[in-house]
Amino acid sequence: MQNRSPAFWLFLTPVILALGIVVVIPFIYGLFYSFTDWNGLRATQFIGLEHYINLFQEQEFMNSIWFTIKFAVASVLLLNFFGLALALIVTRNIKTNNLLRTVFFMPNLIGGLILGFIWQFIFISVFGDVGDLLGVEGMKGWLSTTETGFWGLVILTSWQMAGYIMIIYIAYLENIPKELIEAAKIDGASSFQRFKNITFPLVAPAFTISMFLTLSTSFKIYDQNLSLTNGGPYNSTQMVAMEIVRTAFSDNQMSYAQAKAVIFFLIVAVVALTQVYYNKKREVEM
Amino acid sequence: MKNKEKKSLFSIEILGILLGLLWIAPFYLMIVNAFKTKRDIFSGVLGLPETWEFDNFIQAFIDLSFLKSLFNSVMITGLSVGIIIIFSSMAGYALARNKSKFSGFLFFVFVAAMLIPFQSVMIPLISIFGQADMLNAAGLIFMYLGFGCSLSIFLYHGAMTGVSRSLDEAAIIDGANRFQLFWKIIFPLLKPISVTVGILNVIWIWNDYLLPSLVLSEANATIPLKMFYFFGQYTKQWHLALAGLTIAIIPVIIGYFFAQKQIINGVSEGAVK
Repeated sequence: MQNRSPAFWLFLTPVILALGIVVVIPFIYGLFYSFTDWNGLRATQFIGLEHYINLFQEQEFMNSIWFTIKFAVASVLLLNFFGLALALIVTRNIKTNNLLRTVFFMPNLIGGLILGFIWQFIFISVFGDVGDLLGVEGMKGWLSTTETGFWGLVILTSWQMAGYIMIIYIAYLENIPKELIEAAKIDGASSFQRFKNITFPLVAPAFTISMFLTLSTSFKIYDQNLSLTNGGPYNSTQMVAMEIVRTAFSDNQMSYAQAKAVIFFLIVAVVALTQVYYNKKREVEM
Repeated sequence: MKNKEKKSLFSIEILGILLGLLWIAPFYLMIVNAFKTKRDIFSGVLGLPETWEFDNFIQAFIDLSFLKSLFNSVMITGLSVGIIIIFSSMAGYALARNKSKFSGFLFFVFVAAMLIPFQSVMIPLISIFGQADMLNAAGLIFMYLGFGCSLSIFLYHGAMTGVSRSLDEAAIIDGANRFQLFWKIIFPLLKPISVTVGILNVIWIWNDYLLPSLVLSEANATIPLKMFYFFGQYTKQWHLALAGLTIAIIPVIIGYFFAQKQIINGVSEGAVK
């Protein structure tokens, strides 16, 4: 199929149109509009870097960035811890391993919006009742402070996505040759030594994949944020994605929101390109 | 030695079961409390209902206009995923069979577009589609093709390495044109990756909230969108809210029950590649 062949173009036209109209053109327009006073319909003048200067001085936006970074770090750590732990359990020769895989993975299939509503009930009503029962004051009033809202979001995300990370680790764990483990056993290696010297190094690539996957997903979270805390109290648990949506569609500041969206793109792109760089480096070393 | 191993396996099994119970506890609590009256929930959420209240489900079912929302979700997800599979497989094939620099560049553009988060194009996108009067279900399906084609083309392109070129040549000699060749010979061979592409896109589009909330009117709401309105209407009335959430999850659980293995394999393939 050559460049000039009509079939080549016929096969590609639908996706080129779709990607162009839905992603590429809006992206370029957006970059351009972020330097203007665009209101969603028309732009009357160039204002240069004004939006970018303003957004770095806006308390609420900077808060949302810090909150998102803290959230991403905490979720990445917990997700990988649980993901690996669950994978190590269900790859052992136990009777319930298929059933457990099904259970751990299930939350991934349900939307973040619905899960956030379910956990709102858990954090508010169930935690409240359990707190009463056990006399633990700290379990009451969840989601009503910034701190409990933060941990609420981290717990929800870890619970939802750990099964997904588990699947990635399983793919690597099941590729470890059984003979290696058997040989180490015969040589008298303890189970901790076997984990440290065989399992861990062979599963290391899964760490890189999972780390970046969870990092970029945590940065882009919106639904869970909306349904669990709705950014409250006082917008203190509002993450970047939600902050952009609000600036655009509640405050109607389209070009200003677009400038925030450009910064958001830069952050996400840096994370992703770092991943590509590490993967390339690792392949070279291997 | 054998005994010790059995013991450690047994404790791992217990640990796994405990974690499994912890994992399904939120669903259990949701269902149990969906059967309670408002007063019953107020007096405690941990126990079983005093009387099993089915009326909550009837009211939630009506207020969610569940059959209509389900229909909207099925139509939008089904059509979007169908179109993504048709056009991405064609594109993945064309790009894999053309080794020119230009074709490589196009492939790079499709892959690079995956870097762009939704929020970075959302505002101009809604403005453009609004001015073209395309903020409706058809516009939404076209948007899903735009957002979904990158990963799908990437997966199809990768799968094409396993499909020999001699098949193309033989078919062309036999007088088939490119369309016949692709749909009769190549596409059937891509079935495993089509399953993966289908599953990944269904999970994403079925659960998507933000994009439909910007595009669809309440009359055409999908399940997540309707759920959002419904929940706002019943804050502090957990018995109804939970019944609604339970109903909204049922289609997913049914799907998971029947296609468990394919779903887990599909997700695993999509992530590791």
